[in-house]
Amino acid sequence: MDLDPLFLSRLQFAFVVSFHAIFPVFTIGLASFIAVLEGLAYKTENSVWVTLSAFWTKVFAVVFGMGVVSGIVMSFQFGTNWSNFALATSNFLGPVLSYEVVTAFFLEAAFLGVLLFGRDKVPAGVHLFAAVMVALGTFISSFWILSANSWMHTPAGAELRDGFYHITSWSEAIFNPSFPYRFAHMGLASFLTGSFVVAGVSAWYLLLNREVEANRKALSMCLWLILFLAPTQAVVGDFHGLNTLEHQPAKVAAMEGNWETQSNVPLLLFAWPDQDAQSNHFEVGIPGLASLILTHEWDGVVPGLDAVPENEQPPVGIVFWSFRIMVGMGVLMIIAGLVGLALRPGGRLYETRWFLNSLRVMSVAPFLAVLSGWFVTEIGRFPWVVYGEMTLSEGLTPSLSGWMALVTLIGYAAVYAAVFTGGTYYLFRVLQAGLEASVEESFDIDHDRPKRPMSAPHVSFEHEPYPGEQGGNTSYQGGH
Amino acid sequence: MEAFDLSVIWAGIIGLGVIMYVLMDGFDLGLGILFPFAPDEGTRDVMMNSVAPVWDGNETWLILGGAGLLAAFPLVYTIFLPALYLGVFLLLAGLIFRGVAFEFRFKANTSKYLWNWAFAGGSMLASFAQGAVVGAYIQGFETENLRYVGGALDWLTPFTVLTGLGLMAGYALLASTWLILKSEGRIQDWAYRITIPLLVTVLVVFAIVSVWTPMIDPMVRERWFSNLSVIWLLPALGLLCAFQIVRSVRNRFEGMPFVATMGLFVFTYLGLIVSRWPYVVPPDYTLWDASSAWQSQLFLLIGVLFVIPIVLGYTAWTYWVFRGKVREGEGYH
Repeated sequence: MDLDPLFLSRLQFAFVVSFHAIFPVFTIGLASFIAVLEGLAYKTENSVWVTLSAFWTKVFAVVFGMGVVSGIVMSFQFGTNWSNFALATSNFLGPVLSYEVVTAFFLEAAFLGVLLFGRDKVPAGVHLFAAVMVALGTFISSFWILSANSWMHTPAGAELRDGFYHITSWSEAIFNPSFPYRFAHMGLASFLTGSFVVAGVSAWYLLLNREVEANRKALSMCLWLILFLAPTQAVVGDFHGLNTLEHQPAKVAAMEGNWETQSNVPLLLFAWPDQDAQSNHFEVGIPGLASLILTHEWDGVVPGLDAVPENEQPPVGIVFWSFRIMVGMGVLMIIAGLVGLALRPGGRLYETRWFLNSLRVMSVAPFLAVLSGWFVTEIGRFPWVVYGEMTLSEGLTPSLSGWMALVTLIGYAAVYAAVFTGGTYYLFRVLQAGLEASVEESFDIDHDRPKRPMSAPHVSFEHEPYPGEQGGNTSYQGGH
Repeated sequence: MEAFDLSVIWAGIIGLGVIMYVLMDGFDLGLGILFPFAPDEGTRDVMMNSVAPVWDGNETWLILGGAGLLAAFPLVYTIFLPALYLGVFLLLAGLIFRGVAFEFRFKANTSKYLWNWAFAGGSMLASFAQGAVVGAYIQGFETENLRYVGGALDWLTPFTVLTGLGLMAGYALLASTWLILKSEGRIQDWAYRITIPLLVTVLVVFAIVSVWTPMIDPMVRERWFSNLSVIWLLPALGLLCAFQIVRSVRNRFEGMPFVATMGLFVFTYLGLIVSRWPYVVPPDYTLWDASSAWQSQLFLLIGVLFVIPIVLGYTAWTYWVFRGKVREGEGYH
């Protein structure tokens, strides 16, 4: 078999970016949650908020650390595997991606340290301010990254001269047509991810009867958020879809499994897209619904995959199914919010074991939704790297051979597997140690450094019994 | 004219970033290289504790430099990275392993030996790869029409292996003199003992590289043997630093060996820049060929000028807070 450097590079980028994405999507939501907890602690002086904030800040530290490490590789991949693309777009992507780095540095140097280690060292107001700035900083970072990504989908404010993009309007380029939708969609996704993880972990603690008062509060807050945000996300997602229909109709056609430009397009619940036959097998659909959603008319005409030449079609099957997984997860999230509301009277919410157990499982739902959503948007733009203007193969590093791409693909997979097995394992250790461990800890100036966020949780790497563990010692033993 | 000014300013910023990185991450990478040779576990604890508060900030400069390159000199970014493809992978893998090992070693009890190996292996790999990058830069790149057209392993030659090993020795020297400054007793004795052999190794490699480079490259020969004799001051000052290291180790001075080693690095670095200026992608492209549009350089410059003082201030503050000796049994577990 011939090793195709283009395919292997796409696979490598997809692997690294998917691995990376799960960390920031969680920390962005979590940072805002922590800021809210800090605000409540500041206003009410109820120690429960401090306990919750101290614990979730430690989780934040570990996940943030893993996000930074996994992100480093990506900033080099534009050059190693996609050098023609990097060179052509450098006038825009260079400064925009660098601003993300600058934002992150500023955040770390100035505020992360105060948030992680400054609770008893600085006035409460300053600590709250640091928490808000960290939350804001994570948003500014995602602002730059999503602006760069959106520009690749809907390039604007630039003209291509002699193989280089030259910026004609920075504001048009940064706020390009798909950016507001993508930013809103991802922002909500981050909030939902944070909510579901906190809800799932709190539910687990409640099942073990640990720190009941604090965990009930956290669970309740998250379920209120989910109740409102999950349906909002569906609406925002719809607007994002309409924006995509305008700029990338082939992607929407792949999402819908719609091969022909026609009116009265059904919304397919199930189908097996066959790219060679340019049609679907085993279609099950609701007549006219896709037309209604996309054009707001039952018999609206929706462009199909036949609108573009066959070699400009994205791989339909994976886009079609990824989209259904994302939507399916979204529906489950909406249901979780409604069930939570139904169980509120009499506080049954906190005692219904099947519900608490399903929330534990639902912690992974937003991650699945985010990853499948990114599969839809990124695979759906095939074969373009700058939509409609530069193809992936034009963007590839010319000197790259198949075996080079394969060696580094295997290499990065091995490195990530080793490092993140350790990281995830340690994260679970922090979760096992729980809120109880967060209360009595104090700042240790020799040990704790803001640029080393993982120094924040003082939890041992090896397994130690935690409260409520099966067959374990039920009394908590300090982890440090 | 605007473009001219900004390119030079950016060259200064990235040049500063590189030397800051080499000096600062150099000694903590060097400690990783010396790790397997340390007499005992107690020494390793002190070695790690001596850099624990600062190594994080040290790597900041690498990322700032890398991101700045894409924005200010995209051609350097898009030729170096493809040309050094496998080396870049080794460099990143090494840095990731040692960074993670650093954190988890502090939290580990029974699994400590595992993180020791990861820390040492990652540090050696990253240092060698960085040295090889320097060698590859001296060697030059095969390019055509703004693209790298050479092979995957062009960067790996006897010359770059030599510069790779040379930088490993240099980083180890930075580490041993750093340890003289930060430790005492038997650990300091050990650091004094290994400093002179390390210095000799470094000087031998430097000597070979200095003779080899003008031989492989007529442009470098021209630069050094033309009328510009003032640049001979740089190697002279470098040798003076080497002499200072020997003298201060003999007299058991504590700070001077580290300062003189940093001097040795700075003068070598300046010598390297002088050899190639203004070529940033030798032998074909200069600073100005490699520049992005001046609006792009300007756009980022605003943010960077804002953040550099903060990073510098934060760095200085950290080193100030953690000045003084690191003793056994202090700091961590």
